[in-house]
Amino acid sequence: MDNKDLLNVDCGVGGLSTHMVSRTLDDDMKSESMILNMGPTHPATHGTIRIVTELSGEKVLNADVEVGYLHRGFEKMSETVTYNEVMPYTDRLNYVSPVINNVGWCLAVEKLLGIEVPKRCQYIRVLMSEISRVGDHLTCLGASAMELGAFTVMLYMMQAREHLWELIEEVTGARLTVSYSRVGGLKDDLTEGFEKRAEEAFKKVRKLIKESDALLTRNRIFIDRMCDIGTLTAEEAVSYGLTGPMLRASGVNYDIRKAFPYSSYEDFEFEVPLGEKGDNYDRFLVRVSEMEESLKIAEQAMSNMPKGEINVDDPRVVLPEKNEVYNSIDGMIMHFEHVFKGLEPKVDDVYLSVEGGNGELGFYIVSDGTGKPYKAHVRAPSFIHMGSMQKMLVGQNISDLIPIFGMINMIGGECDR
Amino acid sequence: MNQEFTEHNHALAELLQDKLSGKIKELRNSCGDIEIRIKKEDLKDVVQILKMDSELDFNFLVSVTVVDYLDSDFFPRAEDSSRYDAVYHFLSISKLHRLRVKAAVEETDSSIDSLCGLYESANFMEREAWDMYGVTFNDHPNLKRILMYDEFKGHPLRKDYPLQGKQPRVKLISPEVKNTARDMKRPDLVKINNKKGVSNG
Repeated sequence: MDNKDLLNVDCGVGGLSTHMVSRTLDDDMKSESMILNMGPTHPATHGTIRIVTELSGEKVLNADVEVGYLHRGFEKMSETVTYNEVMPYTDRLNYVSPVINNVGWCLAVEKLLGIEVPKRCQYIRVLMSEISRVGDHLTCLGASAMELGAFTVMLYMMQAREHLWELIEEVTGARLTVSYSRVGGLKDDLTEGFEKRAEEAFKKVRKLIKESDALLTRNRIFIDRMCDIGTLTAEEAVSYGLTGPMLRASGVNYDIRKAFPYSSYEDFEFEVPLGEKGDNYDRFLVRVSEMEESLKIAEQAMSNMPKGEINVDDPRVVLPEKNEVYNSIDGMIMHFEHVFKGLEPKVDDVYLSVEGGNGELGFYIVSDGTGKPYKAHVRAPSFIHMGSMQKMLVGQNISDLIPIFGMINMIGGECDR
Repeated sequence: MNQEFTEHNHALAELLQDKLSGKIKELRNSCGDIEIRIKKEDLKDVVQILKMDSELDFNFLVSVTVVDYLDSDFFPRAEDSSRYDAVYHFLSISKLHRLRVKAAVEETDSSIDSLCGLYESANFMEREAWDMYGVTFNDHPNLKRILMYDEFKGHPLRKDYPLQGKQPRVKLISPEVKNTARDMKRPDLVKINNKKGVSNG
């Protein structure tokens, strides 16, 4: 049996059979493009998403990205509840870094109300946001590394995330659905001795990041899978509306924390890491460097933490103390007003964006003067990044889909809302 | 929080008045940000100027959305009673300024020009806006549902769509799969077992 005959052998239902019409190698090479469907549930895509690719051999000729499998109607639900009651819904947008979503929503409503929270509250928001951001990047990089075969890195990074989430749990009382921020303040102050435990945790996290870095950054297999894959130039990245690490990997210096500082970010010293080529490897490096910067910001926030109140001194915005609610008629009335009517901002609309784990997380709120938002729109970075996926995929191999998707870091809750 | 225009925004407002003379119906301060209202026919021309002018340089489309003012007691525009507002947010990364552009869209002719030719990101955002509000975007290359499924009836974020609206059931597209455990009836199973028993015996 020579090589040509081997091709004609076909494994039929009953085992080896040679009754099939004979095919030659040339016929196969001339074959037309093939449609390959991935998802909505595919083991290599951590998230419900469907990608229909048109392949020629392993080359992707075209791709169609379908999102929306996790749509829960965040915007519709927001129209039916008061401003503070939206908070639990925002937890479920980017559920890897929920504190940033809470803070973003609160800042937008506070801008609408025209109030500014005390300095201590701003610093605690920064501190918790930065801890969440490190967790977000760790999840993204860990999952992507695992999909490329580096399972050890995933375990190291999950361990590091665990140290950070323990800190978040300690302060907020929950790991994922934290609902930590409130309009005009916070749910709770930092716990006693938090700084000491945070320092210890950061030490462990830094060590784990260093170890993961040593396993990945100079790893031949990892570099081959990441380098020059999914490249977007600076102009393309801007045109596709990319933000966050994806945009900065293409060399565009735009970080909302620097460009439009919110919540006292102007007080902190940190660098904005930039990439050069805009490929997946740059996105990886930008994220790794950002984690260190975020830890630095968190340390600065802890060492310069101002003393004082965490809530604004305005009974129209913040719930009264329980003591007042039960013992005075004014407190009782205020509590009732807050719970049933909610905050009543002026008739106006507002857009405010914060630097989320994936990019610009913006909230656009239209207020009609009642206690409930007339309309709430989320500018979700993941959703807009998915719009660029087709561009990044075309011309690459089918196996490159995995690192591209991993570096977009699509979070279903945020993408589909 | 100071909600007056900053100096930067003052200069930008003057620049906008200068460059888009006659096209701006209204320029107002919205919580410290600049918001301009234009006619929807002018949208493409205005955005072209916003993007291409070197002093304005709005090279980044941040978001596209629609507001539905059905039966609302408050109405942001005095003379015009159109049902929808198309809302665009722009950003200039080089000059670091932001702008909100609004254009009224009537209920009878709920369509507006697409910005897909100017910004690639408009593709997904306009698909979402159409999916949620039913405002069509002229010359959009691929205007189909994105967050909802294709068989969905209506547009969920319109104010007349109920909060818990029921949708007709969608038929399974894949062919019916027979011979699963659920389809098998007990007598069939017994028969098979019997046969097996006979042949063995």
